[in-house]
Amino acid sequence: MSILEVKGVNKRFGGLQALGDVNLSVHENTVHAIIGPNGAGKSTLLNVLVGKLIPDSGSVTFDGQSVLGRKPYEIAQMGISRVFQTPEIFADLSVMDNVLIPCFAKRDGAFKMHGIESVSSEKQLIEQAEQMLAEVKMLDKRNMIASSMSRGDKRRLEMAMCLVQEPRLLLLDEPTAGMARADTENTIQLLKDIRTQRGITMAIIEHDMNVVFSLADRITVLAQGTPLVEDTPDKIKNHPKVREAYLGEAQV
Amino acid sequence: MLGLNSRDFKLFVIVCIMALAAPIILNPFPTGSALGQSFNAGYPALLQRFVIFGILAIGFNILFGLTGYLSFGHAAFLGIGSYSAVWMFKLLSYNVLPAILLSVIMAGIFSVVIGYISLRRSGIYFSILTLAFAQMSYQLAYSVLTPLTNGETGLQVYNGDPQVLMSAGDPTIPHLFGITMNGQSQLDIAGWSFTFQNGYYLAAIFLIASFYLSIRIFRSPMGLMLRAIKSNQTRMSYVGLNTKPYMLAAFVISGMYAGLAGGLLAAMDPLTGAERMFWTASGEIVVMSILGGVGTLIGPVLGAGLIKYLENIVSKINDNVLHGWFSFMPDWMDNLFVTIIHPFIGKGWHLTLGLLFMAVVIFLPGGLVQGGQKIMGKFSRNKTSDAKDGADTPAE
Repeated sequence: MSILEVKGVNKRFGGLQALGDVNLSVHENTVHAIIGPNGAGKSTLLNVLVGKLIPDSGSVTFDGQSVLGRKPYEIAQMGISRVFQTPEIFADLSVMDNVLIPCFAKRDGAFKMHGIESVSSEKQLIEQAEQMLAEVKMLDKRNMIASSMSRGDKRRLEMAMCLVQEPRLLLLDEPTAGMARADTENTIQLLKDIRTQRGITMAIIEHDMNVVFSLADRITVLAQGTPLVEDTPDKIKNHPKVREAYLGEAQV
Repeated sequence: MLGLNSRDFKLFVIVCIMALAAPIILNPFPTGSALGQSFNAGYPALLQRFVIFGILAIGFNILFGLTGYLSFGHAAFLGIGSYSAVWMFKLLSYNVLPAILLSVIMAGIFSVVIGYISLRRSGIYFSILTLAFAQMSYQLAYSVLTPLTNGETGLQVYNGDPQVLMSAGDPTIPHLFGITMNGQSQLDIAGWSFTFQNGYYLAAIFLIASFYLSIRIFRSPMGLMLRAIKSNQTRMSYVGLNTKPYMLAAFVISGMYAGLAGGLLAAMDPLTGAERMFWTASGEIVVMSILGGVGTLIGPVLGAGLIKYLENIVSKINDNVLHGWFSFMPDWMDNLFVTIIHPFIGKGWHLTLGLLFMAVVIFLPGGLVQGGQKIMGKFSRNKTSDAKDGADTPAE
């Protein structure tokens, strides 16, 4: 069953057609990769999905409900989490606090006027956060300030912040961009583990073919704002149109 | 204890002791001595200012310290608090309780409106919007709203005012159920004389309560959310949190603290003027926070105390006092020193404040609290080698 439906989405920036008639459906419990050369409209598409950009026409529905015109926090509350190209974490706060905040958001909704009970009295949430940190093997770093960690750890922390909310769809924007080889391997492994343990639906935007082919169940190739083909990784590898799109980029 | 962890509780107890014993602690020199006359700060008028501006700074810190939103118009709420309180004196009676209540409520209402509009923007635009509102309030109070504010003259209680709740035997100065604010008792020991004033103690109790509430807010989920807003608003919205209402709540709480301070100012001295809302007054609050240590619990109180101390003590020193100090020197040297120091004292106390402010910002970006921690760190490192931990934890 498809959980995310993109139908006929167009987006123009002045003279540039960033997205032209994009149709896409992400099925539940699959990893769907969106690839394409630079400027293919991958990031624009992602920003449409999370409510940061409003398309000129078309529809985007998540679990049967339209996401268009909703604010990012409303879309997040619907069950879509996003991992950014450069990890977006609460850099000045401790690792524990970083994971606790999404726990509060999950339990209390977008806003709650809290009383003056101390955070440490929220035993249940703290336990939940600890479990999550244990799962990503960061429990020993719980009191560290997030900004002092390595890039790979920040990525894992961001992932933990998303997962602790048990999202129904996880959007990943080039999760391995700018990472060292070892960190990339770790991230792939982490995503694979998440996949097998939690069965979360994921949509990945990625440049690194290695990452894409080792994770994805389905791949959509985007070129100049329109989907070129959508198929399984094996078929995509040898697809003439895909080769053309990428070779075309190489010639420039 | 009291829902605080042991470190916060210690800090709270220290603040309680400081507030309650201030009339003694701040009179270190014998009353009649030259040093005592220049540097003793333990007299009621100044003590009141310490605690009232302490309350103001604590409230400001809930907004600026936690969320990083720099309001440049907080004096408006102080002024609104004062006007509300004086109106209560005029309409009801000289009892300070309804006056203080109304000042907090009015400041709350105004901060909802001003906050709702100003919080549509962040960063410098937010600061400018709050500044604009404060200046607007000042101008309105100064001229347009003269029937309400008595304009240039300032608002005060006149004999013809209704004071409907006033009964025959009531004091004709601010009081709390008969206990007058300027009533005081004096304690003379050897050369020292200590003054304990009712008004000061009322304000000190409010300071202690405000400080307690501020610790609780800092440690609550609300405090965590506000810190998160300061750290990363993008992530905040992508975990599904709406930052606007959290910000507005912080703004209103902080505005109500300012209203309380304004109400207390009026309770100590039942008249008020528009200059209380002027932008320099707002700037002073910012300077207090930064001097003491932004985002720390105790910092703003220290900053407020330091500024009020300088304002009242340095500005009191004049050339004659200086000549007195340097009288042991030869005349030419005495004159030279007095000439050099002259611009920094009396009316020039702002110059001293400015230099101090620059020094703190450059050398101690964490304010006086950071300075204190550095000193404490030095001491404890001499004692034990593993005390580094305590010195490095964020200032609270």
